[in-house]
Amino acid sequence: MRKVLMGNHALSYGAKLSRAQVISAYPITPQTEVVELLSEMCASGELNAKFIKVESEHSAMASLIGASATGVRTFTATSSQGLALMHEMLHWAAGARTPVVMGNINRALAPPWSVWTEQNDSLSQRDTGWMQLYAQNNQEVLDSVIQAYKVAEALDLPAMVILAAFVLSHTSETVDIPEQDKVDEFLPPYKREYKLDPDEPHAFGGLTAPDNYFELRYKIQKTMEEALIKWEEVGKEFGDFFGRKYGLVETYKVSDAKDLIVSSGTMASTARNVVDRLREKGKKVGLLRIRVFRPFPSEKIREILSSVDRAIVIDRNIGFGSSGIFYQEVKAAMYNEKKTPPIFGVVTGLGGRDVTSKDIVGIYEDVTKMEEPKSDIIWKGINI
Amino acid sequence: MAKKTDKKIIFKKEKEMPSHAVSFYSMDYNKTGSWRNFRPVINYDKCTFCAICWKFCPEVAIKLEKTKEKGKEKFKPVIDYEYCKGCGICWEECPSKAIDTEEEAE
Repeated sequence: MRKVLMGNHALSYGAKLSRAQVISAYPITPQTEVVELLSEMCASGELNAKFIKVESEHSAMASLIGASATGVRTFTATSSQGLALMHEMLHWAAGARTPVVMGNINRALAPPWSVWTEQNDSLSQRDTGWMQLYAQNNQEVLDSVIQAYKVAEALDLPAMVILAAFVLSHTSETVDIPEQDKVDEFLPPYKREYKLDPDEPHAFGGLTAPDNYFELRYKIQKTMEEALIKWEEVGKEFGDFFGRKYGLVETYKVSDAKDLIVSSGTMASTARNVVDRLREKGKKVGLLRIRVFRPFPSEKIREILSSVDRAIVIDRNIGFGSSGIFYQEVKAAMYNEKKTPPIFGVVTGLGGRDVTSKDIVGIYEDVTKMEEPKSDIIWKGINI
Repeated sequence: MAKKTDKKIIFKKEKEMPSHAVSFYSMDYNKTGSWRNFRPVINYDKCTFCAICWKFCPEVAIKLEKTKEKGKEKFKPVIDYEYCKGCGICWEECPSKAIDTEEEAE
């Protein structure tokens, strides 16, 4: 069935189709309509889930960790300040190996207050042990929630499905909603090995001395490495079931490309149009969209970057005191390679300033005039 | 699940070790009373059975036992020394100063 959905509701439908059993959220700005629709679905009985209203995002995540530890499927959504407040619990969810799935609408952090898009909120949670996926349209948002449960529950690691504020969250698009019984077949109920269960009591997350803690952290990393394979597998299987295939990255016209634009989320979909425009002018440009950011698909990136003459990473985020965060990661992946192109890092669109096709063409023109990167940040669109 | 043993558990293979920290036994086996340096002792001559110590105990180591006094049903606080860590909150909070402290021997 096709429906016109905004990105927020694409998340809600993704959680509903996945038959989330416990949903917990704090329903005040920067929250969006994601959980509002889910609360209505719970109230009407359309979705058989327990909806927990809590006093903060920290508690929302805490309650889901508890619920997930009992072996049920859990969901929440948040943004910017809300995600920042969850920070401690994000580490807990990953360390307790609870496969919570969360939608995060990328909104710029305060001060000053903003509700517009920027990736710093989710990228600040880079090292918490959560898997992160940046979607480019509302269809992908819905599809990715279902895939995220499949990957997260197979590996017992939490996952975040991330979308741009307004550009996706409050923009309506046609979304194909998969049949419930097909989703049920694709995504069977979650089974947990050691559960919170009064009939078989265990203590969870207790004091762990240096003789075991190290190995538990090693296991998270090993699982992240497995997740690289799992996301590809599940994305392919999703394609077999529903006709839309996904992977760790998406490429567009890269086979003969000399210049490569690297980006994520909705900026990457704008860049796809720019690739077509520049190709009309005879420029050999391609696009690499990084879909899964954690685990970071270094191998894929090496494979693609090794065959181009120039890579331009466009970031809608900034690692203060350093540079764009995707840029840092791409550079790090390439550093030990024998053959690596010069990599240019552009920071633009912070605080939700529009990044149009014209801007990306401008970035391309500016960068191709340079012989090599002279600084770690090439600013685009600064008005002072 | 492994059987209760006093021996240290050593995981020989990566697969044997659970992905997260989980005790193989319930808290029935994980007694925390040995952590205590100071032992709270309730002086029942002063105790008014107000149950404030029971409310404040963060370890749930104070239980209320049903008793009868002068024909009236009352709930008497009793400390479970197998779990009491000796944090001192009960003697700090007791409004009747009915909880004394004793240093644990050794």
